[in-house]
Amino acid sequence: MTVTAVRTPELASVQGRSTRGPARLRRKVTENLTAYGFLCAALVCFALFSWYPIIRGILLSFQQVNFVTPAEWVGWRNFETLFNDPLFGIAWRNTLLFTGLALVIGFAIPFAVAIVLNELRHANAYFRLVVYLPVMLPPVVVAILWKWFYDPGPGLFNSMLRTVGLPPLAWLNSADTSMLSLVLVATWAAMGSATLIYLAALQTIPGELYEAAELDGANLWQRLRHVTIPQTRFVLLVMMLMQIVATMQVFTEPYVMTGGGPEDSTVTVPLLLYRYAFFYDDFGTASALSLLLFLALGAFSALYLRLTRSVS
Amino acid sequence: MRTLVSPWALRTRRGKTMYWLVFALVLALFTLAFVVPLVWMLLGAMKSAPELARNPPTLLPERFDTGAYAEAWNFMDLAKYFTNTVIIAAGAWLIQLAVQVPAAYALSKLRPVLGKWILALMLATLMLPASALLVPTYLAITEVPIFEVNLVNSPAAIWLPAAANAFNIYLLKRFFDQIPTDLLDAARIDGAGTVTTMARIVLPLSRPILAVVSIFSIVAAWKDFIWPLLVLQNPDVQTLSVALQRFEPDTPINLMLAGLVIASVPMVVAFLIFQRQILAGLTAGSLKG
Repeated sequence: MTVTAVRTPELASVQGRSTRGPARLRRKVTENLTAYGFLCAALVCFALFSWYPIIRGILLSFQQVNFVTPAEWVGWRNFETLFNDPLFGIAWRNTLLFTGLALVIGFAIPFAVAIVLNELRHANAYFRLVVYLPVMLPPVVVAILWKWFYDPGPGLFNSMLRTVGLPPLAWLNSADTSMLSLVLVATWAAMGSATLIYLAALQTIPGELYEAAELDGANLWQRLRHVTIPQTRFVLLVMMLMQIVATMQVFTEPYVMTGGGPEDSTVTVPLLLYRYAFFYDDFGTASALSLLLFLALGAFSALYLRLTRSVS
Repeated sequence: MRTLVSPWALRTRRGKTMYWLVFALVLALFTLAFVVPLVWMLLGAMKSAPELARNPPTLLPERFDTGAYAEAWNFMDLAKYFTNTVIIAAGAWLIQLAVQVPAAYALSKLRPVLGKWILALMLATLMLPASALLVPTYLAITEVPIFEVNLVNSPAAIWLPAAANAFNIYLLKRFFDQIPTDLLDAARIDGAGTVTTMARIVLPLSRPILAVVSIFSIVAAWKDFIWPLLVLQNPDVQTLSVALQRFEPDTPINLMLAGLVIASVPMVVAFLIFQRQILAGLTAGSLKG
């Protein structure tokens, strides 16, 4: 071993390289004890409220629990209960409809808005401020507020439609428009963060790429297609995964605005899960549904985590 | 900075006209989409209940009456729910910092055996959709294992699960990783213990990330709905979100709107003050995080 620099004994003991034997072992133990002292609060919180519930959730899916007698193993019966519930299929269809509509509306709009904002040279601070304001509002406030806007009578939206001479809509009161109405609220409330994230991504695109494309004769549309989109592809993919995971868990809007109606058109999987657990007190079946939701989303969130962790 | 539209095209007369047309359109649409709804809420809270039932609606209140705010405050007993929400959010913030900062510091700088595994197990929890864990986490709150206590209706039911936030720990750890170890060694040579080193050297350098994590945890606690709905069943301990939702069916709409404004004001004010940190945290957290 060559020593490249003269070490004072003090420094050597701090860095712990040149000492050997029991002293070193003792210091290792002390260091680890200190580290675990720093970690213990977090470990307790994770163990009690994260790791243990994960395992308990899987076990509960195959159990019948009533909290009086010990939990009883019932095999796949909780899943059979679910498959025999007509709302099970409806809830999945509604959830996928919500996610699908949210992808069409809530995914395209923020990207388009960000592209336009990136071109504007005035009032940028104002645009950023107002687009993000709804994100700061509590979701319950947004839901109650929009429920009032959707009022078919004196509500804001139908008044606007009448002003411009269009026929009023039933919004939340019809099974045809209820889900679309929920997607509009959710998009309004969430698009601020997506827009600003896209805007930040657009600002990292080197200007030379646009110049070069222009010299090669690329028009505006071609520059968008061959420079902007490829340069932001990664962000778009990550945001899409994040949005799928978030929208498939939609609960607050249907719970506050429609309660699942009209005609079960807005019963989502988390809403059904809530009903099983807290209306029917059937925690076993609720856990079985949680497990299915996890399986449906696990792949998306795993991919999301992989992508975001590998960049930094 | 060069963007999609060429600067030369913008300098032409046609380009200038197009630019200002698009600008005016975006300005109008943004104001209509994001400002008008909020102004409509503020104005609505100043109209009387009969005026709000009128169809078509009045554009401006017949009488600008701010009495609804005071009336809503008393009618729904908002002082109680406001205080509850402040206690929940402040507690969630302090407990998260107290739990997550030392944990991230240990994982980043003290590097104990199994540290990598612990971090991996923490990050793995991010893969699980929150709603899939509602039921078992709720059951863990009704009967906390080992301690055998029921935390339902206690603020701890919000605080302790909030502390198990792998995302914040990861953000903090990543920031601590960038602080040179030489600096810590130097402090130790000067006789500083581990706690002193963290408190005097690392934390002052970490103000930006502490601000981001603080804002994230306070805003999340203030906005949360489903978890408080489950664990705060006693009306006396509920947060504004849960209480407003409970009052919504049988509260006059003008009072309800005043209640919505009252629940939103702290968040909007926080945004206006900490806009820079919030927007920085948004991009840092979601993409590089």
